[in-house]
Amino acid sequence: MSVSTGAAWIDKSASGMAKYNIFRSVNWGRLGVIAVPALWLGVFFFIPFLVVFKISLSESAIAIPPYTAIFEWDLEEAYATFKLNLGNYFYLIEDDFYLDAYINSVKIAAVSTFFALIVGFPVAYLIARSKPSTRVVLLALVILPFWTSFLLRVYAWMGFLKKNGVVNEFLLSIGIIDQPLVMLQTDFAVYIGIVYTYLPFMILPLYTALEKMDLTLLEAAEDLGARPLQSFFMITLPLAVPGIIAGCILVFIPAVGEFVIPALLGGSDTLMIGRVLWDEFFLNRDWPMASAVAIVMLVVLVLPIMLIRNAQGKEEAHS
Amino acid sequence: MKRRSLFLNTTAIMGFVFLYAPIISLIVYSFNKSKLVTVWGGWSLKWYTELFNNQQIIDAALVSFKIALVSASLAVVLGTMAGFVLSRMGRFRGKMILSGWITAPLVMPEVITGLSLLLLFVAMEGMFGWPSGRGTGTIIIAHTTFCMAYVAVIVQSRLASIDETLEEAAMDLGAKPSTLFFLVTLPLIAPALISGWLLSFTLSLDDLVIASFVSGPGNSTLPMVIFSKVRLGVTPEVNALATIMIAIVALGVLAAMYQMRRQTKLLSNHE
Repeated sequence: MSVSTGAAWIDKSASGMAKYNIFRSVNWGRLGVIAVPALWLGVFFFIPFLVVFKISLSESAIAIPPYTAIFEWDLEEAYATFKLNLGNYFYLIEDDFYLDAYINSVKIAAVSTFFALIVGFPVAYLIARSKPSTRVVLLALVILPFWTSFLLRVYAWMGFLKKNGVVNEFLLSIGIIDQPLVMLQTDFAVYIGIVYTYLPFMILPLYTALEKMDLTLLEAAEDLGARPLQSFFMITLPLAVPGIIAGCILVFIPAVGEFVIPALLGGSDTLMIGRVLWDEFFLNRDWPMASAVAIVMLVVLVLPIMLIRNAQGKEEAHS
Repeated sequence: MKRRSLFLNTTAIMGFVFLYAPIISLIVYSFNKSKLVTVWGGWSLKWYTELFNNQQIIDAALVSFKIALVSASLAVVLGTMAGFVLSRMGRFRGKMILSGWITAPLVMPEVITGLSLLLLFVAMEGMFGWPSGRGTGTIIIAHTTFCMAYVAVIVQSRLASIDETLEEAAMDLGAKPSTLFFLVTLPLIAPALISGWLLSFTLSLDDLVIASFVSGPGNSTLPMVIFSKVRLGVTPEVNALATIMIAIVALGVLAAMYQMRRQTKLLSNHE
């Protein structure tokens, strides 16, 4: 629908302008509005990927910049060489370290996404079913942490989870444990950190789906003798599926490539691919290897990214 | 029915506790007198004084503010154009690809965005001699690129919700496209531009990963300084800094909410 009205808008402006014979200037304006963001994104978003791909095919070298050229030529000496190096990719496949990092990232992201759904659903449900005036307040409470610094929110968990931190002190004082639990620098802390920071991304699409739901359906089910739990699983949950899918993908994608959370909350053995890329680049200064890691990460994420784009497209078609 | 809603309320309240408990404990401990971060030694503003005497943090905050101001403004201009491309430009060749480029930065892992932009800047410097070296300028370009995606999406949804007949009426009355934009469309989408600018500003102020890749020596942003401090453990100065930042954001959101409520009330009074 938006496409057709958009087209109508253009047609109208074109016919309206034709009599002033500045038809061309209209087109120039339109062209400019399209060309400026297209050029910017082409140069600073699309071409960078080609550069990453190119460098992933070169070899690491002690030079500035630290990689070899793929294509070299010299007109005076009349030579040109072209060498592709697939070595980085072979190394990625052969070395268990990288494979483990990919598998572990996907695992950590998937488990955290699941828990974000479990925690987020009741919150979204409560907000969607509350009075409009309370709803505004509750929504603001969900969005508020999203506006505060991500880095500082992850940092807050360090003080919360560490050996003599708030959680341990509390559990010790009420006598549930006698020894402080080791929580910081474990995978557990990474799960908590991911669920915590990406929870708003889960709650908001769930809320949108639940809020749109027609409540008379539940009344009808009740009149027909359905128990609350039954109507929840047979009506509410299926109607929330678009929100569940959108929320899960919005949490899963950034979680796979996450760097800050495993770096601050995880242990040295918490392998995640974002961290591997970071170390490969900043510690080993192996730019070609870091590029190869990035390209494979993109391949892993292509499917969920396509899914979310499709879902967005459908949403637009509906509205 | 009653029992289920009790269960639901409890779990939802636990969800809110989960969201706020760490932040609240961080705020409380920022007023802790004791040097040991976890031992309560009474109330004190000592860490705030230390924070304001820490030249490294002050300098980094200034760098970050400058970058956030410029990139948020650039992102609003470019993002608004991109939002128009998505919703008002009709069909044209390459629209699918362009709209992919516009929204993809939203879901791109930061490490990939950072690495790819750095490699681009290095390659461009090798080929054209620009940008010579990296620093504030390259960070601004990087932040503008990922913030404009957020602005584009916000502007697009605002454009979809406004009444197109207003624009059509203006055109029927002979408004030129530029007049139409500045006198009709722009005032209508102004709220989206403001929230897009604010979101870009906070995203830029908060970014650690991308800035680390594309910054040069001596251009540490605030998140980079915070990260290098907290990597080694909890520091009370950062608690104080976090409290100040959270307070500013909370006040901003409360003000926005108050404004929205007033507007809703005004509208309902009209009806």
